[in-house]
Amino acid sequence: MKTLIALVFAILPALSLAAGGGVHLDEMKVDLEDNASLQRGAKYFANYCMGCHSTKFARYNRVARDLGIPEDMMAENLIFGESKIGSLMKIAMRPEDSKKWFGATPPDLTLVARVRGADWIYTYLRSFHQDDSRPYGVNNTVFKDVGMPHVLEGLQGMQVKGCALVVVGFDPLTGQDIKEDSCAKTDHDGNQIEVLYLEEEGSLNVKAYDKVVADLTNFLVYMAEPMALERQRLGFWVLLFLALLFVPVYYLNREFWREIH
Amino acid sequence: MSKMSDFMGWVDHRIPLTATFEKHMSKYYAPKNFNFWYFFGVFAFLMLANQILTGVWLTMSFTPTAEEAFASVEYIMRDVEMGWLIRYMHSTGASFFFIVIYMHMFRGLMYGSYQKPRELIWIFGMAIYLMLMAEAFMGYVLPWGQMSYWGAQVIISLFSAIPIVGDDLVTWIKGDFLISGITLNRFFALHVIALPLVIVALVFLHIVALHEVGSNNPDGVDIKKYKDEEGRPLDGVPFHPYYTVHDLVGIVVFLFVFCFVIFFWPEGNGYFLEHANFEEANGLKTPAHIAPVWYFGAYYTILRVVPDKLFGVILMGAAIAILFVLPWLDRSPVKSWRYKGWISRINLVVFALFFVLLTWLGTQPATGIYAKLGMVGTVVYFGWFITLPFISAKEKTKPVPERVTG
Repeated sequence: MKTLIALVFAILPALSLAAGGGVHLDEMKVDLEDNASLQRGAKYFANYCMGCHSTKFARYNRVARDLGIPEDMMAENLIFGESKIGSLMKIAMRPEDSKKWFGATPPDLTLVARVRGADWIYTYLRSFHQDDSRPYGVNNTVFKDVGMPHVLEGLQGMQVKGCALVVVGFDPLTGQDIKEDSCAKTDHDGNQIEVLYLEEEGSLNVKAYDKVVADLTNFLVYMAEPMALERQRLGFWVLLFLALLFVPVYYLNREFWREIH
Repeated sequence: MSKMSDFMGWVDHRIPLTATFEKHMSKYYAPKNFNFWYFFGVFAFLMLANQILTGVWLTMSFTPTAEEAFASVEYIMRDVEMGWLIRYMHSTGASFFFIVIYMHMFRGLMYGSYQKPRELIWIFGMAIYLMLMAEAFMGYVLPWGQMSYWGAQVIISLFSAIPIVGDDLVTWIKGDFLISGITLNRFFALHVIALPLVIVALVFLHIVALHEVGSNNPDGVDIKKYKDEEGRPLDGVPFHPYYTVHDLVGIVVFLFVFCFVIFFWPEGNGYFLEHANFEEANGLKTPAHIAPVWYFGAYYTILRVVPDKLFGVILMGAAIAILFVLPWLDRSPVKSWRYKGWISRINLVVFALFFVLLTWLGTQPATGIYAKLGMVGTVVYFGWFITLPFISAKEKTKPVPERVTG
């Protein structure tokens, strides 16, 4: 029995590593307090995403209120079609049509951040690359053979997957980055490590594009749980109340039990 | 006589209010040496109340149809005033209910609270646990997410392993040839009416049986052996006010932890609210990895260690059923592990650790090392029960004190 326990403890750390796996995701710092970022995210979402993706569990006026967007401005710039300010954020595209066009109906994105996580969205939107074997000429390293075209190509440009020089370190003597051909190394299975690099530039540089994607991701995180900040604010007061309540309750108990030996 | 005592006299002539309060509260003598582990009974009661109250309010806005269920949960989260709080209280409450119940059961194992004359208390408790699993399973189907749907698919299909009637039984449970709105609707009925009624009735019996024989304690000694001249146990204190004020302290601390999760960690890293369940149920799209909610993990692991479906189901059933006969497996002359031998104590700790391991494994894919660990865990789980009669009967025990040790 004892050896079994020892065995389990010895194995557990290795297990948690093994459980990870999958595609490497870039980390994205979500900031729900950053209203400007959320507003930009909402703008990008309405302009680039809402043609095909609904957020049908959320309402326009809630988004306007939470993000500090005046309702008339919201109605003018972010609402397309016949929807009213109090409507759910549905889209006009019919699921049967979009299934024909893309191979799969573009999913509703209200809760995507709770299903996939912020890092996934952030990495996914920066991982499209040219692939002529696909119907829309692009593939994605995070979501292989996804039906979605590279909607943000105008901003990002087009990436290619292949061998490229990647920065692996910094040489303090020359003050220059140390670069290495990515394909010089191989992964666990002996495949060369291919990377994504920009072949055709878009209207934004890499940094600016990443910022756009970060804003969009931020917005989707807000969208998935719009009450997150309110939840934490209220939580603080609830915990404070309980902490204060503990004091009289503790002394009440002590008073009663003083006589018990 | 004051107006108040007049009124109480009037009531007591018609219903035994004062007598009942005295019997179960102010003159119910509980051992004075309850420790940390004795909080979990009242916490379980608190969680039951929480689930019933928040459940009633959720019902007001929830729509039990395949078309509307998922959307109505999001409606509660977004449009209903404080709806998110009620929903998180309910979803977090489900997980906390099981955490608390597991601790409560472990307490029983440590101090032999199932032993004579408390066998019925244990059996009622196990029945509550069994009903609670059914209740939680059906409740999990209601939000109609991907895991609701596919989890239900996996669990219900287990019944098809039963020879001859299996397939018909599955259709009968679903009310359809596949899991559909009909299944959802009947699970809703069972979840909000039938099972809660059964659980409340069983809790009532659990407590009536407990108050008939009195509470056990960490020493496992009988406090009724030594009484004062008025017949009050020397080592007992009236439950009210002593344990009401005492439990209040525990409740405030417990609520602090509970509320911390509700307000700052409601998804519990995907264990309390699974990520995949934020995607609406889709019968045409099987998730890559179907995992039950964590509290079923141990039994799910035991189910999966056998490649044969029928034998797996039998083994899983046996894992739950064997808990019911525990009072007759433990043949030790002493109750509390404080006075049992060191083999018993180590075995219990190992058993508990492996139960935690099995639980965790149930949420992971059953491949490679996980599958092997699952097998080891299953052997340890059953091994504990099977060896218990021999070890408990043979092992040398320490002398039990006459009075509680404080």
